[in-house]
Amino acid sequence: MPESKTIAVAMSGGVDSSTVAAMLRAEGHQVIGLTMQLWNQRRLAGHPGMPEAVQGRCCSLDDVYDARRVAETLGIPYYVVNHEERFERDVVRPFVEEYLSGRTPIPCSLCNNHLKFDQLLIVAQQIGADALATGHYARVQFDENCGRWLLKRAFDPAKDQTYFLFGLTQEQLSRTLFPLGEMSKPKVRELARQHGLALAEKPDSQEICFVPGGDYKTFLDAYLAEKGEALLETAGELVTTNGDVIGEHHGIHNFTVGQRKGLGVATGSPLYVIQIKGDARQVVVGPQEELYSQTLRAHRVNPIPVDDLREPMRVTVKIRHRHDAAPGTLEKSGADEVLVTFDQPQRAITPGQAAVFYDGDLVVGGGWIASFRPRVR
Amino acid sequence: MRRVYFDNNATTPVLPEVLEAMRPYFTEHFGNASSIHHHGQQTRAAVEHARESVAALLGCRTGEVVFTSGGTEGDNLAVFGLVGAGDHVITSTIEHHAVLNSCKRLEAMGCEITYVPVDGRGLVDPDDVRRALRSSSKLISIMMANNETGVLQPIEEIGKITADADVYFHTDAVQAAGKVPIEVKRIGCDLLSISGHKMHAPQGIGAIYVGKGTLLQPMLYGGSHERSRRAGTENVPGIVGLGKAAEIAKAALDHGDLVRMAEMRDRIQEKILADVQATGVNGEGAPRVPNTTNIHFDYIEGEALVIALDLKGLAVSTGAACSSGAIEPSHVLTAMGLSADRARASLRFSLGKENTPDDVDFALSLVPETVTRLRELSPVYNKTAIST
Repeated sequence: MPESKTIAVAMSGGVDSSTVAAMLRAEGHQVIGLTMQLWNQRRLAGHPGMPEAVQGRCCSLDDVYDARRVAETLGIPYYVVNHEERFERDVVRPFVEEYLSGRTPIPCSLCNNHLKFDQLLIVAQQIGADALATGHYARVQFDENCGRWLLKRAFDPAKDQTYFLFGLTQEQLSRTLFPLGEMSKPKVRELARQHGLALAEKPDSQEICFVPGGDYKTFLDAYLAEKGEALLETAGELVTTNGDVIGEHHGIHNFTVGQRKGLGVATGSPLYVIQIKGDARQVVVGPQEELYSQTLRAHRVNPIPVDDLREPMRVTVKIRHRHDAAPGTLEKSGADEVLVTFDQPQRAITPGQAAVFYDGDLVVGGGWIASFRPRVR
Repeated sequence: MRRVYFDNNATTPVLPEVLEAMRPYFTEHFGNASSIHHHGQQTRAAVEHARESVAALLGCRTGEVVFTSGGTEGDNLAVFGLVGAGDHVITSTIEHHAVLNSCKRLEAMGCEITYVPVDGRGLVDPDDVRRALRSSSKLISIMMANNETGVLQPIEEIGKITADADVYFHTDAVQAAGKVPIEVKRIGCDLLSISGHKMHAPQGIGAIYVGKGTLLQPMLYGGSHERSRRAGTENVPGIVGLGKAAEIAKAALDHGDLVRMAEMRDRIQEKILADVQATGVNGEGAPRVPNTTNIHFDYIEGEALVIALDLKGLAVSTGAACSSGAIEPSHVLTAMGLSADRARASLRFSLGKENTPDDVDFALSLVPETVTRLRELSPVYNKTAIST
């Protein structure tokens, strides 16, 4: 029997975090349920294209209700904490600005870095918890040899969420528990049923919690309209990798690297977005083979098992959540910047996304993709 | 775990005497007060007896008391029962949402609303009300005591203004009833709403004083209950409970029992201000109801402090809960000029009849150490502490 601790559980109202709360309670810990109120789902309701009411989403009243019911079933104290201001400042604003600069953001990583493992962890400690547990699929371990906390991939590779967790600091990792790191999703659902949780069969959520239906373009319009800000004029030229202008586009935020549809030009062979040049408002298009690149630069790098990356090292690198980590070499190229050289060129390296570096199961670190060098024919 | 409840402005426990008085009206005295037979006569008598008790608490005639489902209904009845399209309404920025959101609805219906401000102590200036008057002004609605700070508004002066003008005056006295004497004639109001559960009667019952000659459009249509001002079979147990609670409150006010409560409140406040740095009372210098104090603890989130204290057994509150249960910064405190940070760092302690000096000691044993812990873990506090 492990010693009894006071543990705060970040409860979203989904199966994973609910099961975490049930497991920790069954292990005899003092469990406190916390749900973050991050975004008012009704806030942009009524803007053209936005739904009137949003159901079954992060921060929706239904999810809070579900989380509260679980807490009630388990007999644990439960609170909703309001972090809407920080969420807007540190997640929604950057999300909007990244798109308007021609990058493709990952709000979930920002939320983990600035909200869940920062603000919520502080609240957890303030109210007397030793640690914060979440329903993420990942593993945290302390390594006696190097005296550092390590982040490792989940046992279930299909559920592994380390891609979104690369930004965690040593301090954050030392106070974080991922009890699902060694479990599969069916096992989690089975545990939820065993603990008598009514939501054991609730479907997984996939989308960005504040963007209804994944329609980020309508969201940008509605958000900026609500703020009384004009949508930045980002219309410009469609150009080839040789610099030939072949058409026009209505705004760089409508594009993402690798996109094929909606380019508005008719050519014999399929064209893809190769690159978005934010400053020049140019969308560079080309054939499939030009999407491949051998190198990328990532900045704001957070190394985990070491305090700094000194020597070049062999790693595998994930450039988006659904990407099989590809082998390559990692070397430091600036104060908090690295250069990745892949063994094989990778398709659609996208600025704004994260590059996360692995040594087997171990997360070596990660950073934000700043640029890549398109292949020149 | 020992639990102490200092959130009596949110709701209060039903007093044992009140529950006892209500009990027969769930079972043996079950009649419909409108029925002509014995059963109906029994409950009718109980309802009218309760009406006398409420009238005595408010200093009005029995025929001027209308039972409602609570404070929100009373406020809505006053607003929507009097005001129509094209009318002008004067209210304040620190009203309860029952008044504020009713006024928002009026705006959507084409009415103009003037929201008079408050000063740093949380007080409305009667001159602002006077200056806001127009020929189209139909209603002034200014609360008697604020729910968050306990600050008592100068409603008698506002009453004098309305006496000379052709305008109705409603006051939301939900947080004042049972805490300070109420005399509707002295106030000079036409309408005054109260709520049972803020004064040790159950939730779901309230009353509104409607001065004789005040022509109110009902909001609920149906039978001729409550002199056709509020249709619907009477909530007899609730009404009986409110009547009993009104009697108890009146006796306590007459005997000066609330001095003891004010002493406890003052001790909480003085001790916290003495023992905890960077604190202050919101509403300092203004007259207040005897049970409430609102204190800011700079550099912390009130929300985290409320949770931390709850986990140790002390129930207090901060801001207003939104639909998810999360806390939003108080519109009352920001209207008083507090920064959003300070508004969020504020806690309300509100005492009730059942609190004892022992409870105060319990709170004082928890609050300073909990605030210290929160500040030690607060990035804002550490940054500020280092830079000063």
